[in-house]
Amino acid sequence: MALLLPTTLSASVLGGRAILWLTATFVLISLPHLLRLPLWISSLIIILIGWRLYRAHLRLPSPAKWLLIIVAISASAGVLLQYRTLFGREAGVVLLLIMLALKLLETRTQRDGMLLGFLGCFLLITNFLHSQTIPTGLYMLGCAWLLMTTLISLQYTGVWPGWRHPVKRAGTLLLQALPLMLVLFLLFPRIQGPLWGLPQDAYAGLSGLSDNMSPGSLNSLILSDAVAFRAAFRGKIPEPRDLYWRGPVLWNYDGRTWTAPRLPFISSQLPAGGPTIDYTVTVEPHNKRWLFALEFPGIRPPKSFATIDMQLLSRTPVRSRLRYEMTSSLRGTYGKDDDPRILQRALRLPENHNPRTLQYAQELRKRFPDDRNLVAEVLSRFRNDKFFYTLSPPLLLDDHPVDNFLFNTRSGFCEHYASAFTVLMRAAGIPARVVTGYLGGEINPVGEYILVRQADAHAWTEVWFPDTGWTRIDPTAAVSPTRVERGIASALPLSDPLPMFVRGNFEYLQRMRLAWDSVTYNWNQWVLGYSPDRQRLFLSQIGFSDATWRSLAVLLLICTGVAVLIGALLALRELRSAHADAVKAAYDRFCRKLARRGVSRDPAEGPLSFAERAAQRAPAHAADIIDISKRYAALRYGGESAAAALRELQQRIRAFSINKQ
Amino acid sequence: MYAALKNGLLNRIFQWRGPERGVIVLVQRRVFILPTRQGLLFAVVIVLMLIGSVNYDLSLGFILAFLLGATGIQSMLHTFRNLAHLRISPGRVQSVFAGEDAQFQIIVVNTTRADRYSIGVTRDGKTADYIDVPAAGETIATVAVRATRRGWLRPDRVTLFTRFPTGLFRAWSYADLDVRCLVYPAPAISPLPLPAPDSGAGEGGMHGQGYDEFAGLRPYRSGDSLRHVAWKAAARDDTLLTKQFAGRADAELWLAWDALPQGFDTEQRLSHLVRWVLDADRAGLACGLRIPGCTLPIASGAAHRTACLSALALYGTAATDHS
Repeated sequence: MALLLPTTLSASVLGGRAILWLTATFVLISLPHLLRLPLWISSLIIILIGWRLYRAHLRLPSPAKWLLIIVAISASAGVLLQYRTLFGREAGVVLLLIMLALKLLETRTQRDGMLLGFLGCFLLITNFLHSQTIPTGLYMLGCAWLLMTTLISLQYTGVWPGWRHPVKRAGTLLLQALPLMLVLFLLFPRIQGPLWGLPQDAYAGLSGLSDNMSPGSLNSLILSDAVAFRAAFRGKIPEPRDLYWRGPVLWNYDGRTWTAPRLPFISSQLPAGGPTIDYTVTVEPHNKRWLFALEFPGIRPPKSFATIDMQLLSRTPVRSRLRYEMTSSLRGTYGKDDDPRILQRALRLPENHNPRTLQYAQELRKRFPDDRNLVAEVLSRFRNDKFFYTLSPPLLLDDHPVDNFLFNTRSGFCEHYASAFTVLMRAAGIPARVVTGYLGGEINPVGEYILVRQADAHAWTEVWFPDTGWTRIDPTAAVSPTRVERGIASALPLSDPLPMFVRGNFEYLQRMRLAWDSVTYNWNQWVLGYSPDRQRLFLSQIGFSDATWRSLAVLLLICTGVAVLIGALLALRELRSAHADAVKAAYDRFCRKLARRGVSRDPAEGPLSFAERAAQRAPAHAADIIDISKRYAALRYGGESAAAALRELQQRIRAFSINKQ
Repeated sequence: MYAALKNGLLNRIFQWRGPERGVIVLVQRRVFILPTRQGLLFAVVIVLMLIGSVNYDLSLGFILAFLLGATGIQSMLHTFRNLAHLRISPGRVQSVFAGEDAQFQIIVVNTTRADRYSIGVTRDGKTADYIDVPAAGETIATVAVRATRRGWLRPDRVTLFTRFPTGLFRAWSYADLDVRCLVYPAPAISPLPLPAPDSGAGEGGMHGQGYDEFAGLRPYRSGDSLRHVAWKAAARDDTLLTKQFAGRADAELWLAWDALPQGFDTEQRLSHLVRWVLDADRAGLACGLRIPGCTLPIASGAAHRTACLSALALYGTAATDHS
């Protein structure tokens, strides 16, 4: 066994250059983390790196083991204090970073350096936990190249050939590995994660609608540029006023905050009627269960169900980008025969809140016995009574926010109007509830899909009429029709803050942004969204629709074999003899020189017989011609291999010149 | 039994077939390759990256893990390429005394277009000489072999190996070159004085060569001491002549087997004789060597010294081993 397992020669000690390469690689890979992490962690790592460079500069010995252990233990304690755990995703990354920095500090031999490089590989992919965009991917590709370069630079034992050489070699290796990488990416059997319970903080920082709404809570969403989902339509894209993307439905009101019922009731029926429209939704992870669809959804996506208030809920929270086919009927109706108990819930109001609103509703009820007339009256009041649409309304912090809004401030945005309207309806005895979701979206002409951002978040009201069931009423439309027709950017006064990209005054910028988003869309669809489902789809497209695992294994093996073969051909092409070619090239040059003077060699003619013929034609150069030809024959056929002999031949041929006779 | 089986197996796998004459070309089937310990560790890291990618659903994690894994596999081909198609031939080797290191030169010729880096040449797996061989170039590696015994020394099987470019794989090849080095017996550490010039010749005639009286000139022969070259005569005409001195018979220095004490065994005798040869040479004395089975006439110079040392080195071994 000792013979078979490679003998390890005593590990060589790294020089200053190798330490510098390792440090630079580590810094670049961890840079995105360092910019993001708490200051004390970033500073600690920078200090450790600085210490390493200082050590390398002054050629100091490795720090004492006990010192490193103390640093490691106190850093771990700090992490424990900061994150309350050592095993969470974030805490794990931080620990890996600190341990890598400590390892760098005591790195001495080539073997240490290689170990550091391997840990660096692992650190590379932790960056993808936070971002998988194209720029991140390119940056990490660059880091992988640098990492390979560093690993290669550790292997030179002789004279250092300059940084260009390992950079080029690493690039060659990565390029030649591309076919195999592609095969593995497409065909390697994918398993749906997660494999084990993810730590609590795994999905921290995902934004989206929540299951409650209080004055000002949508505000932060509306200022966010983040993409909520994209929808690609089969056929014509509906009018903007029909683009109500239904999300959480809020029933319970405590005087300030609207919340969704804790336990949703499942409905087996879906709305029907009217023309339908087909499209595909790709929703960004938001760590909640809602799936978005245009009102009203006509089908259920796989692994999800519909509730009696027509929310689509996924069985598990949406934690990775999810794609589903959807059909909606824009004019559908539902809920006409809802149970009276359900309707009763849609009338509940807390006591001792918003007394003026309740009183106003009673007055309206007396004046308008018909539900529809009452609704029309309220909407016309919103339209004509100096109500304003603004994203920075006065704060409503008291116990009677609806009173305050309706009778004092009169300015707010969708959630204020939806909330006030619903309270009014309930107080007047009309079943009503708040629906949140998104309105509109931006049509991307480059990719022919609709892009819906968090900034498009919206809230509206559903009221129940005996003849049509649950009917959508959007009070915001009464105040600011442009919000509905043309999007949020046109609905606001110019002084209101809005995410940079939502305002579209710079047409050139706008077009670039749309093109970029189209690239991102395809990146998400085809690269990031390459899930087990997608893989199955891809396999069925290339003719393996109901393939057994055995035929898939054969396919994978064959493709891997082909990819490795391509790699082998690329790598081993340089094993062709340089020498024979150089000899041949030199001789060809000699023949060309002779041919210019009218002595050309017959392809079947041996070099020595040709030399005799040429010597007779040019007797003045006979000696040279014979000598060169003999040297050539010796190198070419005699098996002589000395580089010196080749150089001599090349020199002779260079010097050889023949005069016109 | 087990050892014999193992040896037979290794012989089959690695095609060990004893010394080979001429140039050894490291053709494909002579180059072996296996992952190093670091290579196995790298594979573990790739697997961990894949598991992490599955768990956190990182598509880019998959891409990166597959890319690095494929790069590792590609580096196997590069490691193979770094060693394959090299041409190995023996270089010069200087005779040494037992106890010293014989430095075998090994000429490594690269006739291909690929530059070769960090090729180690080792015999014992502990120390190695690393060389780079540029495309269409050649480099000489040196393998040191501790000479423990007098006589012919072979470097045996030499291993050429490389882990370039990534260190994840180690390619190696065996070269058993047909080359040998003559090891002289180690000179005795506590030398006896040179023996007294031989007085056994008796008649006191003038036929031997000595240092006392000038007897004439003869053509220079290689090995003659430069001190005895007739420089004036050489300046007159272009031939080198050696001055001959006629000494008395008792001036003849014979380094003889029998001149050593009775208690010495063979190796001790050889060792002391070597010492004497070196001492006599250093003192510029002509001497003759007389050991059982071999007598070298009195002479001096480097060639004579080499002849004496060679005779001592090969004493008792099959004398036909000379080449």
